[in-house]
Amino acid sequence: MTRIRLAIAAAALLATASSTVHSSARADDQDFALIERGRYVATAADCVACHSLPDGKPYAGGSALQTPFGTLVAPNITPDRETGIGNWTEEDLRRTLREGIGRGGKRLYPAMPYPAYTRMTDDDIRALWTYLRTLEPVSNAVEANQLPFPFNIRLLMAGWNLLNFEPEAFRPDPRKPAEWNRGAYLVQALGHCGTCHTPKTMLGADDTDRALQGANLQAWYAPPITADKRQGIGGWTADQLAAYLKTGANHQSLASGPMAEEIRNSSSKMTDADLKAIATYLLDRTPPDGKAPTALAADDGRMRTGGAVYTDTCMACHGGDGKGQTFLFPTLAGSGVVQADDPTTLIRLVLDGSRAAATNDRPTGPAMPPLGWRLNDADVAAVVTYIRNSWSNAAPPVSADDVAKVRRALAQAN
Amino acid sequence: MARKLPRKDVVIIGLGWTGSIIANELCDEGLDVVALERGPWRDTATDFNIGYAPDELRYNSRQELMLRPAQTTVTARNNAGQTALPMRQYGSFHPGNGVGGAGVHWAGITWRFSPADFRLRSHYTERYGAQAIPEDMTIQDWGLTYEDMEPYYDRFEYLAGVSGKAGNLNGRMQEGGNPFEGARKREYPNPPMMQTFGPTLFAETAAKMGYKPFPIPSSLLSRTYTNPLGVTMGQCTFCGFCTNYGCANYSKASAQTTVLPVLMRKPNFELRTLCEVLKVNLDSAGRKATGVTYVDTSGDEFEQPADLVILCAFMLDNVRLMLLSGIGKPYDVRTGTGVVGRNFCYQMANQVVGFFDPAKYNFNNFIGGGATGMAIDELNNDNFDHGPLGFLGGGSTRCAPIGAEPISKRPTPPGSPTWGSGWKKAMRDSYLSNLSVGCEASSYANRGNFLDLDPTYTDRLGRPLMRITFDFPENDVKMSAYVTSKVAEIVRAMGAQQIVEYPRTGPWSTVPYQSTHVVGGTAMGADPSTSVVNPYLQSWDVPNVFTVGANVFPQNSGFNPTGTVGALAFRAADAIRGRYLKSPGPLVHA
Repeated sequence: MTRIRLAIAAAALLATASSTVHSSARADDQDFALIERGRYVATAADCVACHSLPDGKPYAGGSALQTPFGTLVAPNITPDRETGIGNWTEEDLRRTLREGIGRGGKRLYPAMPYPAYTRMTDDDIRALWTYLRTLEPVSNAVEANQLPFPFNIRLLMAGWNLLNFEPEAFRPDPRKPAEWNRGAYLVQALGHCGTCHTPKTMLGADDTDRALQGANLQAWYAPPITADKRQGIGGWTADQLAAYLKTGANHQSLASGPMAEEIRNSSSKMTDADLKAIATYLLDRTPPDGKAPTALAADDGRMRTGGAVYTDTCMACHGGDGKGQTFLFPTLAGSGVVQADDPTTLIRLVLDGSRAAATNDRPTGPAMPPLGWRLNDADVAAVVTYIRNSWSNAAPPVSADDVAKVRRALAQAN
Repeated sequence: MARKLPRKDVVIIGLGWTGSIIANELCDEGLDVVALERGPWRDTATDFNIGYAPDELRYNSRQELMLRPAQTTVTARNNAGQTALPMRQYGSFHPGNGVGGAGVHWAGITWRFSPADFRLRSHYTERYGAQAIPEDMTIQDWGLTYEDMEPYYDRFEYLAGVSGKAGNLNGRMQEGGNPFEGARKREYPNPPMMQTFGPTLFAETAAKMGYKPFPIPSSLLSRTYTNPLGVTMGQCTFCGFCTNYGCANYSKASAQTTVLPVLMRKPNFELRTLCEVLKVNLDSAGRKATGVTYVDTSGDEFEQPADLVILCAFMLDNVRLMLLSGIGKPYDVRTGTGVVGRNFCYQMANQVVGFFDPAKYNFNNFIGGGATGMAIDELNNDNFDHGPLGFLGGGSTRCAPIGAEPISKRPTPPGSPTWGSGWKKAMRDSYLSNLSVGCEASSYANRGNFLDLDPTYTDRLGRPLMRITFDFPENDVKMSAYVTSKVAEIVRAMGAQQIVEYPRTGPWSTVPYQSTHVVGGTAMGADPSTSVVNPYLQSWDVPNVFTVGANVFPQNSGFNPTGTVGALAFRAADAIRGRYLKSPGPLVHA
């Protein structure tokens, strides 16, 4: 990071020096404000998450991304001429983001979220381009396409795009206030929230009719981020949601898994105004109609077993009342993750544990310990069923088979 | 041949309580800090899983969190006339190992020492005359006052989230707190822990007898708390697995639960675990440290140059590193001259066990914690008149049910069969109806008790082991007998049918666990002829070396040491930040 800052500082100095020598109709490529804006765009778009290795140089190429179709690796996007995008033009980047077509007509796979980035504004793309040019060129050859035949034929994506993708600009809703529209832009374009939170079609495209209504990927269930009060975040205020995105924790919940990564890399570094805008937009998303299930009776055998497991294993932290401890142990009562129709996340948290996001504001980063080594599938099913149906929670019961499925998925992922 | 590494501003040896506090403070100052920790990384998330954190076989019987004797041990003897032999199993005390150090497995009792403690020799001389202090008792003043320490006690208490009740707020006495404590500027950050039946009965009885009971100040937290660094801790669940264990609930203050989440994020901090420092390197004149040499698990040696070297290891290791590195003049027991190794002290752990009528009393000892309970301070230090008694000192008396570990807790009254069905019946009858009251008492320095390098035994790296020459001085044994008999009066009044008194008696044995409250060896003080470091914990001889730990205590009080150790860490950090960095050199000219 120091080098990047130096590069920016040097660029700023150069900008000052050169501006007296010539002027151009275009804004200055070395303009400090533009570079800073580009850095912010890269942050909000969370480019670093895919285009870097956990301990590697930022933007120099990422780790393997497992998709249902095979393995893809995010390429090196530093300005290295041989292995990065040093030979690219701004137009090449624009077309990549807008149309999913890279330099030389190479078609991208939508693991690169161009279906979201297509809505990016010209100004943001230009800023991003300017910023990417300031990065230290890193020589790191990445073979992006590691898909098996026939998916490795990039031309196939022309057909996929025909069916699933339409380049389109972001269209603000004139009936909504500026804050709402800013939120919509951040969610739909830069933040590409739907990449995880929108269910996918058979072809792996966003099921736009069910946008942001929750999706299962990589053995996590990304919950609905609509105003759904039971399964989603509809019970939170905009401030509580903004606090969650900023710090990784709020009055009820702690982020973990892929969301913790997102918060660490991206939303914790965004402005309060932008986070509030995101919250305003998301909490205005109407959830689908659906009746809440009836909670299981307390004397149900599963509830009795689950209650015993809960007392032994969970209660010390999450409390007899399911309220947990703020900023340390999430509240289970009223939680969306707990009551989601798809219990994958809840099951995996019990089996495999997780570590909450640590941010500058909330540095604790407490952990849910893995318990799959001491609880069998039936025990996990019982305790999860108990949690989903206690303290006014209501959700369908979970079976031992459901748990076994998640256990298998985790074994494969690890 | 050691490989020379790039220079750092500061090298910190040991990342426990003191190392973490100082590293965090010096990183805030913008310094480039590296910590070298001989043990492994340990964290709540990865190491104290609630599913196995209370595993008594693993953590108590087999001491998983502790230093292994094969790593390094000590030799011990009771007096200079004996030949010291190595401890092949740690018994009497348990040095920690790994990140967090002994602060991972401590009980959590967090005292401030009393104002008289810091000027002990002056205090006793003023009250009883110089002749009251035995000739071989080398107690001394600390070179600072309680008032100097107050702001740093405050910082440590707020860092750790100590739960307690003030007894003296700015000179105004507070109902329900310790009436003997020094004035504090503000209340504890958290209210006292809830009390179970045993401590409640103890407090009621003691109050009827004229004592002033108060809740033990506890670093197991009474409620959810976010400390000034922004780190959140949880409410204690009274599970009863504190001493010897890491806390799974984020409820016990330790470096892990208070400082490390912030420190580890700092780009100017680096931690190297499983790296054991061999010695502090000095320049040719021996007046300036140039860095340290350490060895990793592959046996490779590294030289880490640094401008400032801070010894924050376990107290025995701090003293040993001073001796191995030639910092300060070693103590010579024959002449009484020299300072490094001098004034090694311990703590007198006294106990009274009461056996109550099982039909009437159920103390439910399963509910407990290392620092829950009630205390009285009338029998501590000089809170009572020693004039006619023929000894000095005393201890903090507390009823603190720490839990009922299933393997080691075997309470049977004297006279019970020691095996078979008779033993089982006695166990069953007394398991829930027995209660202990302890008195953790002062240990005063004696010229015959000291630390030096063993002439015979070496560690795995060929370095001489630390040799402990120690026995309980007559003064402390007398004191123990007295305070224990006073505690027994209270337990009797509580209604116990049978009472067993365990006053600490000599000779000191290395076998049974007593406490890890070993102190001294590099005493702090205002006089270089009787101290190793000045009141800012800076070496008199090598001013760019500081050491922080119980090794700087000139003697031990009747209080557990951690609160004072933590306060001293903040104070040393403050002196380095505010004074040393502006003008590196001696902070005190003797």
